[in-house]
Amino acid sequence: MNRHELQAMVEKAKEKHKQLKHKICVCCGASCISSGSEEVLKKLQNEIKTRGLENEIEVVPSGCMGPCNQGPLVKHLPENTIYQRVDCENLDRIIESQIVEGKPVEDMLLFADSREKPFVNANEDPFFKKQLKIALKDCGDINPEEIEDYFAVGGYQALDKALYRMTPEEVISEVKQSRIRGRGGAGYPTGLKWETVYKYVSPQKYVICNGDEGDPGAFMDRSVLEGNPHRIIEGMTIAGYAIGASKGFAYIRGEYPLAIKRFEQAIKQATKHGLLGKNILGSPFSFEVEVRIGAGAFVCGEETALIASIEGKRGTPKPRPPFPAESGLWGKPTLINNVETFAAIAPIIQNDGEWYSETGTAKSAGTKVFALAGKINYSGLIEVPMGTTLREVVFEIGGGIQGGAEFKAAQTGGPSGGCIPAEHLDVKMDYESLTSLGSIMGSGGLIVMDKSSDMVDVARFFMEFCMDESCGKCVPCRVGTKMMHDLLQKIYDGKATQIDLDRLEELAVYVKETSLCGLGGSAPNPLLSTLRHFRQEYESKILKEA
Amino acid sequence: MTATHHTHHHAHAQELSKTDPRVKLIAAKMKKENHKPDALIEILHTAQNAFGFLPKEVLNFIAKELHLPPSRVYSTVTFYHFFSLKSKGEHTCLVCTGTACYVKGAQALLNKIESQFSLKPGQVTADNKLGVQVARCIGACGLAPAVVIDNDVHGKVTEEVIINSINEKIGTI
Repeated sequence: MNRHELQAMVEKAKEKHKQLKHKICVCCGASCISSGSEEVLKKLQNEIKTRGLENEIEVVPSGCMGPCNQGPLVKHLPENTIYQRVDCENLDRIIESQIVEGKPVEDMLLFADSREKPFVNANEDPFFKKQLKIALKDCGDINPEEIEDYFAVGGYQALDKALYRMTPEEVISEVKQSRIRGRGGAGYPTGLKWETVYKYVSPQKYVICNGDEGDPGAFMDRSVLEGNPHRIIEGMTIAGYAIGASKGFAYIRGEYPLAIKRFEQAIKQATKHGLLGKNILGSPFSFEVEVRIGAGAFVCGEETALIASIEGKRGTPKPRPPFPAESGLWGKPTLINNVETFAAIAPIIQNDGEWYSETGTAKSAGTKVFALAGKINYSGLIEVPMGTTLREVVFEIGGGIQGGAEFKAAQTGGPSGGCIPAEHLDVKMDYESLTSLGSIMGSGGLIVMDKSSDMVDVARFFMEFCMDESCGKCVPCRVGTKMMHDLLQKIYDGKATQIDLDRLEELAVYVKETSLCGLGGSAPNPLLSTLRHFRQEYESKILKEA
Repeated sequence: MTATHHTHHHAHAQELSKTDPRVKLIAAKMKKENHKPDALIEILHTAQNAFGFLPKEVLNFIAKELHLPPSRVYSTVTFYHFFSLKSKGEHTCLVCTGTACYVKGAQALLNKIESQFSLKPGQVTADNKLGVQVARCIGACGLAPAVVIDNDVHGKVTEEVIINSINEKIGTI
């Protein structure tokens, strides 16, 4: 397919959607599927057919809509009405009322059971009102299994623009101007990374998409890969053009079978349409993407370990430098970005870097996707401008704590992060602010805890995780996480003395400073942050000297 | 039913048959990957999908075909949680112990399973009917606590639901 044929496809897809009166999306993200959304989809499709409405109403499976614990979710477009907990029985009411009579079913609306007045247009609900969707835009509104649906929302237009109206240098400059930073958690400026790889001269370079979302409590990447895989392919291809790579790998967790299936399907469709492969859109640029399935090792989220894993080896990290930008996959210059980073590339190119940088804070531009979970009323997937406060996220978007309990802490950054206590609820969620509180932005998992969570136990939980996941290559991490875990267990069991606590604190600093990679370097974070904000919980468990 | 840690009567060492369709699948995968050692993990995924776990004979077969020392194959297999050297059981119950599930009572579910079936994570019943595992996080945090029984994800599970679903699968009711 050349660029003119792409334009024709896009126009055709847009035209088809204009002719439709309604589009109904049934959320088929992993969470809604496990609540039974596929049966709902099948029944709805059959009903529409039986009633001869298929030319007016399109029913499609879509990606994640956000409020995962209210699922299965069904969205009626263009009104943007979302129905919750839809099953094959109450679906009839939606068909009769919403579809036949055009009247919304009030008591099935999203949050109907918890809001005094639920909203017919879901975007007016506080859950969505404070959100700004850039990476997640279209996720939940399109069928991730049909490339035409992606065309209808302007899919691959950014790639066309990059290939035909921009030089690689201009693409990199646009990404730099956007000020976007790595969404995997470390927050390294993406444009700078691209420029570094670009500058190394090599006949072979690689692009890697890091979809090894290992933080427990994080499901942002899964949702994007499941809900809008073409957006990631487009972002990776633009990156390949910018840095001069002809091959990309998407490393996706083995625990995400649906994401793998949809991504592989998307690669096939893109290849068939000439959007991957030789001479993309008739240009001299060629690029292909292959999926690599992770095999369950947390350390493989670390870039050098991930590269070892793609090479078919044990996923142990290597000392840096050399950085992958210089010597990565098979020793070649390699660009590694997270799924969410790639999801933002097409919008940045299509609008421009400045547009993206206008959102967020001075040092953290753009938006961040968070996975809300734990003791929160509305758990699910959200995207907010950087700098939104934790209070806004937990209480306005998340609807507060379950059962009206008191907020105790929010855990961000998974096993590499920390716990933020109630007195810092007004912290702005950006890289620097979270770091200053002893936590990190991390990949975006945000677990809310109430007073039923014992913070020593939380620290022990994460330390056990790091101990199990330590690859064993360097001593500080291999031995240190085990010793810290045992000390934490001893404190938790009420058998430790002040000397143990002092030793634990000392050890935490050693492990942090001397470990080879980020796993060990950040393993003490949950411990240090809970010590900092909840020291009394530790001290109350310490044996008093005889 | 009683639990066993290591005995797997059906997985005794035996020669692999070249006509075994599962072996053919692995051979086809290796051919597709041009017998490149780089593709070891992909090939192991195929092998585990075919056999349900990775018997020793299969590892030796792969090592030989890829011209790799068996130690390299073995060390790779044991590095990754996803790969298993022993049968996971005909039916599997995988309890997610990610942070959200942990906060919402995954441990209580595991305790219930242990008291009901005498199984700890990683164990399989003596008749190989049921195996229990834990996962780091399956990413269904919005539905915590989550459990995967065979391939079906169950969200917001209670102790009662999990025991009933398992019993349904293993056919004790």
